[in-house]
Amino acid sequence: MTLDVGRVKKDFPILDRDMGGHRLVFLDSAASSQKPRAVLDAMDHYYATTHANVHRGVYTIAEEATQAYEAARSKVARFIGAPSARGVVFTKNATEAINLVAHSYGRRCLQAGQAVLLTEMEHHANLVPWMMLREERGVELRFLPIDDDGRLDLRDLDRQLDGVGLVGLTAMSNVLGTLNPVAEIAAAAHAAGAVVLLDAAQSVPHATTDVTALGCDFLAFSSHKMCGPTGIGVLWGREELLDAMPAFLGGGEMIRDVRLDGWTPNELPWKFEAGTPPIAEAIGLGAAVDYLNELGMDAVRAHEVALTSHAMTLLADRHGADLRIFGPPDAHDRGGVLSFTYRDIHPHDLSQVLDSAGVCIRAGHHCARPLMRRLGVPATSRASFYVYNDEADVEALSDGLLAAAAMFA
Amino acid sequence: MAGLEDLYREIILDHYRSPRNRGTLPSPPAHRVEGFNPLCGDEVVLYVDIDDTGRVTDIKVDGQGCSISQSSASMMTAAVKGRTEAETRELIRAFKAMMSIHERGLGGTESGDGGAVEPDPTVDMGELEALRGVVKFPVRIKCATLSWNTLVQAFDETGPERPRD
Repeated sequence: MTLDVGRVKKDFPILDRDMGGHRLVFLDSAASSQKPRAVLDAMDHYYATTHANVHRGVYTIAEEATQAYEAARSKVARFIGAPSARGVVFTKNATEAINLVAHSYGRRCLQAGQAVLLTEMEHHANLVPWMMLREERGVELRFLPIDDDGRLDLRDLDRQLDGVGLVGLTAMSNVLGTLNPVAEIAAAAHAAGAVVLLDAAQSVPHATTDVTALGCDFLAFSSHKMCGPTGIGVLWGREELLDAMPAFLGGGEMIRDVRLDGWTPNELPWKFEAGTPPIAEAIGLGAAVDYLNELGMDAVRAHEVALTSHAMTLLADRHGADLRIFGPPDAHDRGGVLSFTYRDIHPHDLSQVLDSAGVCIRAGHHCARPLMRRLGVPATSRASFYVYNDEADVEALSDGLLAAAAMFA
Repeated sequence: MAGLEDLYREIILDHYRSPRNRGTLPSPPAHRVEGFNPLCGDEVVLYVDIDDTGRVTDIKVDGQGCSISQSSASMMTAAVKGRTEAETRELIRAFKAMMSIHERGLGGTESGDGGAVEPDPTVDMGELEALRGVVKFPVRIKCATLSWNTLVQAFDETGPERPRD
């Protein structure tokens, strides 16, 4: 099954927008993807016909709302190969999902003197929560280094795992595109007695995900990068771990009983969902999962490998040494994310010139300042691809680079 | 949509390609101040010689960043070199007022500047007028003001050492 990008483009209303005489060329899906009509319609339909709070009312629309909300959870569970929906916790985003683990598992289950092993390519979302834990509890943080091609250097992995209670790593770098050997690292981590948290914000939207095959214990991702709405993310965790963890936020919904002298927590997954949840957003995420399943995640991945490979070849041919792309040189080893520097033009200036032609790329440090330091650059430009991008979008990017070169030469 | 020509005026590109007062000064005696924009990673390092009366006798810029932050820094050094503290602070105020108009306007209508700080018409902005177009690109305003805020810091930090009238 291959992706018919021409048809896919028609599913995304925003792509019809006129950008001062140019079409919208959206190359920043690694930051946040656009939304197909099906997702917008699902949320509209819910608000227009079914909205009520969940898990509370006994009237018809409240039951329908609860069913729709829980159906979304089941869709998400199947989408990531989770054995059951009990381990699927809805959060605000991937960042909150990681914070939940750092706060709850980190404080309860990491022993004094244990270390947390991260990598040099982590997003701030998978760095700062652990730094906060380091400040509060004195856990040691260690970092797997990267090589010059942007791959993890695992030669010293066994020694670095000694005394580690948790390994936290990205499945796919949001800067380098690197796909990390998660199963291999998870096996080594488990052998060393550590649990594994996967920041899958960049991988779940772009390839088939199977938490069992990956071998991770926790998986965090966001809806808004996978065609779903903002405001909702997912933490999947192994149920025995989640069961042993203390609640994160307190309030309604997350309790079984409250007395004036104490409280008892609800069952999974609601134990971790305090207060009224993002109901419409969950339904939107469920619709996004349906949409991606219809496209087929293998087809999505194949499309992105082909387009990334095409882009790397075309850009290298046209721009030669003016362009430096970071990360693995083979498109099969990476996701559809190209971070680059172009001549000595600052990414902000490059992005500004591209914007004038309707082309959206990201410029900056991509919430990965330690990685920027490792790469020796203050900032990069980043073009990232998704299901609605095609070779014409790559042409628009390439033309924009030439326009910037002409302006700043 | 504002056009690129509003932002990248020729005079700005000229300062970007051939920055004035680029480099460092021995510090001490020069005062060294760093300015940093966490959004884009731009950094400006100013080396300022301020004499006992507060006059900027020499100034150099180091660091790296986008064309707007670098050209604004370059134009600033050319504008303030030789000026007294009072004159410099007046220019800084006028420049920041020019950069703040649109920021205020964002809260409501595009052109309705009700309540905005008006630039002092008695201050001659000279070449700095070229940076006025930056206000049409709100995310770039911080690029343009980075070096100016850094210079304020230099005065604030050295001020106490100077004899007061």
